[in-house]
Amino acid sequence: MKWLHKDLLDVSQLSRPEVMAIFETAGRFQELQERPVKKVPTLKGRSVVLFFAEPSTRTKTSFDVAGKRLSADTFSLAKSSSSLTKGETLKDTALTLQAMAPDAIVIRHRSSGAARFLADRLDCAVINAGDGRHAHPTQALLDSFTLTQEWGSLEGKTVLILGDIAHSRVARSNVFLLNLLGARVRLCGPRTLLPPAVKTWNAEVYSDLNQAVKGVDAVMCLRLQLERQQDGLLPDLREYSRTFGLGPRHIELANPDMRILHPGPVNRGVEISSELVDCEQSLILDQVASGVVVRMALLFLYTTRKGEEQ
Amino acid sequence: MAKIDLIVRRAKLDGRDVDVFVSRGRIAEVRDAAEPLDAGDAAVEEAFGLTILPSLTDAHVHLREPGFEYKEDIASGLCAAAWGGFGNVMCMANTRPVNDEGSVTELMLERARKAWPGGPRLFPIGGLTKGLKGEELAPMAELARAGCVAFSNDGVPVKSTELFRRALEYASDWDRVVIDHCEDPYLGVGAGVNEGEVSSRLGLAAQPDVAEAMQVARDILLAEYLDIPIHLAHISCKKSVDLIRFAKARGVRVTAETAPHYLTLTENHLESAGHEYDTNAKVNPPLRPEADRLAVIEALRDGVIDILATDHAPHAGHEKETEFDVAPCGVSGLDTALSVTWALVRDGVLDRATFLRAWTTAPCAIFGLPVNTFAPGDPADFFLFDENEEWTVTPQALRSKGKNSPLLGAALKGRVKTHFIQGKKIV
Repeated sequence: MKWLHKDLLDVSQLSRPEVMAIFETAGRFQELQERPVKKVPTLKGRSVVLFFAEPSTRTKTSFDVAGKRLSADTFSLAKSSSSLTKGETLKDTALTLQAMAPDAIVIRHRSSGAARFLADRLDCAVINAGDGRHAHPTQALLDSFTLTQEWGSLEGKTVLILGDIAHSRVARSNVFLLNLLGARVRLCGPRTLLPPAVKTWNAEVYSDLNQAVKGVDAVMCLRLQLERQQDGLLPDLREYSRTFGLGPRHIELANPDMRILHPGPVNRGVEISSELVDCEQSLILDQVASGVVVRMALLFLYTTRKGEEQ
Repeated sequence: MAKIDLIVRRAKLDGRDVDVFVSRGRIAEVRDAAEPLDAGDAAVEEAFGLTILPSLTDAHVHLREPGFEYKEDIASGLCAAAWGGFGNVMCMANTRPVNDEGSVTELMLERARKAWPGGPRLFPIGGLTKGLKGEELAPMAELARAGCVAFSNDGVPVKSTELFRRALEYASDWDRVVIDHCEDPYLGVGAGVNEGEVSSRLGLAAQPDVAEAMQVARDILLAEYLDIPIHLAHISCKKSVDLIRFAKARGVRVTAETAPHYLTLTENHLESAGHEYDTNAKVNPPLRPEADRLAVIEALRDGVIDILATDHAPHAGHEKETEFDVAPCGVSGLDTALSVTWALVRDGVLDRATFLRAWTTAPCAIFGLPVNTFAPGDPADFFLFDENEEWTVTPQALRSKGKNSPLLGAALKGRVKTHFIQGKKIV
């Protein structure tokens, strides 16, 4: 498939065949991961800038590993070491990066729309690794890839996204992608942590977790940012975990084969009980492994796009 | 008949071909165009059939001087006003220093006189509280004497209802109307985006329309209780319109304004191709859904909303070319308001009488400003307007220093060709 998109800003840009092409490419890279030497020369000579203006270890490391396994040169620009702390504007950072002529820039930023801001100004591929509460397309792709590996297909499955939906770019991207792939989506969380227009989203909304988990095939827990309490959005963590935390008793209400996902990092005992994190049905570490191969696929598709045209 | 100084020949006034006779800066007579004409020693301006309109009044602009001259100054703002069809502009007090003492008002007026003697008239609006801090009343008697025509805490609503009540009472002693920027001080303040479907999709912190309407309700109740007039700035949503309609029906002395962007744009602009997260459409109050836009138009038509004003809020390019949540609120409006609202007349959305009321007679009546209705004795403030000239909104085409228009790239129709203030040609 000839890759048409310059940038990956959100999953809503993608068609179902395009998602399948990403998964197929990721599947091929997955086989590589079982070899003793995991590195291939596919992207030798290509450069990828990892521009993380917001703290992130997991996603950044995942992109770094993905790039290196494909022999791309990866360069990091982290908030602490970057000129951002010296008050440089995003526009100037963008133009500086442009001048270094990378093949792709992976951006993580606290502001919704920041990835598009870069994409509108740069010639290279821009891959959104999370912008504010707007979108996190690579996370959604790796989540669906993980479930596809488990189930073969998401068609007809029911997935519950649980927790702080309002502030979650993971939830926004997943609601779209799960629907695109034929799953039914449920959302559950306190009203204070649901988006104001959630009724217009393609999902069933629950305020009672016991109702929400009934018969679901997978639960995707979201990390609760601990500052939501100070923001006046919830009384305290004890009440939250007892009301909206996923625990062993919920397993019985769901499909017995229910899978558990979490984008990490996990607050054990807050949004999910500790034993569920480690239980057999937990796919949390599979998500990490999927993350590397899905990001390899994305780096490959987005950086070789121009080469194929020539 | 007094000595005629100027004759505007063959102008189109509400469908008629007319000659306009001006004497000592005032309208002397408007006659059906006649041939031949003995002009005597009067100057003659050939209109060649262009439309003639009375100069408009903009009761809500931010000219940024003193203090923020990099965004706009009085000279550049008056230039944009003159070419935008405005003969009277009322500038808000959120300068640095704030216009909360007579010396600042005098400085503004002096700058206007120096920048453009005989140009568009500047009418400063005084701060309602010192430093706009909402803690102490501003010296309104001094401000009124210096030339302030109204008072407002625009942009920084007074949090204390007690102080706001006292401010209304004190302002009324000097026969000045208070203009209130209606925004609940604790609910999604300054988000610049409407809370709803679009903000939910874009993942932006947003403000619901009730944040405006609750303050509208408070202001109406206070105005009714105190029997003091109040003017509500930039009304943007149906909930506010309904409250104002109800208040007017029972005789409350409330007047209201809206801005051209609330008549023509909706929150969907922020998702439209090429305008995703467009910081030039980040404005307070925010652009609303279509139903609100239609309700505001209806309210303007039936007089529930009395006037139009631009809320011209120029910002520097680097301030707007940034992350959405970091960018300041405000749109630059003086250059585009006439074309945008005249298009509504052309399309039959507004009738000509509503247009003229909202831009001329109503604001001048509320704030006591000179107005031209083409009746003998009225100030000869008018402009010749080519309704059909097309132009594209580009940074270069805007005379304001503020290039922050959500209409950049759009094609508009209608240009001011020449503008007279008190019978003197200014552009």
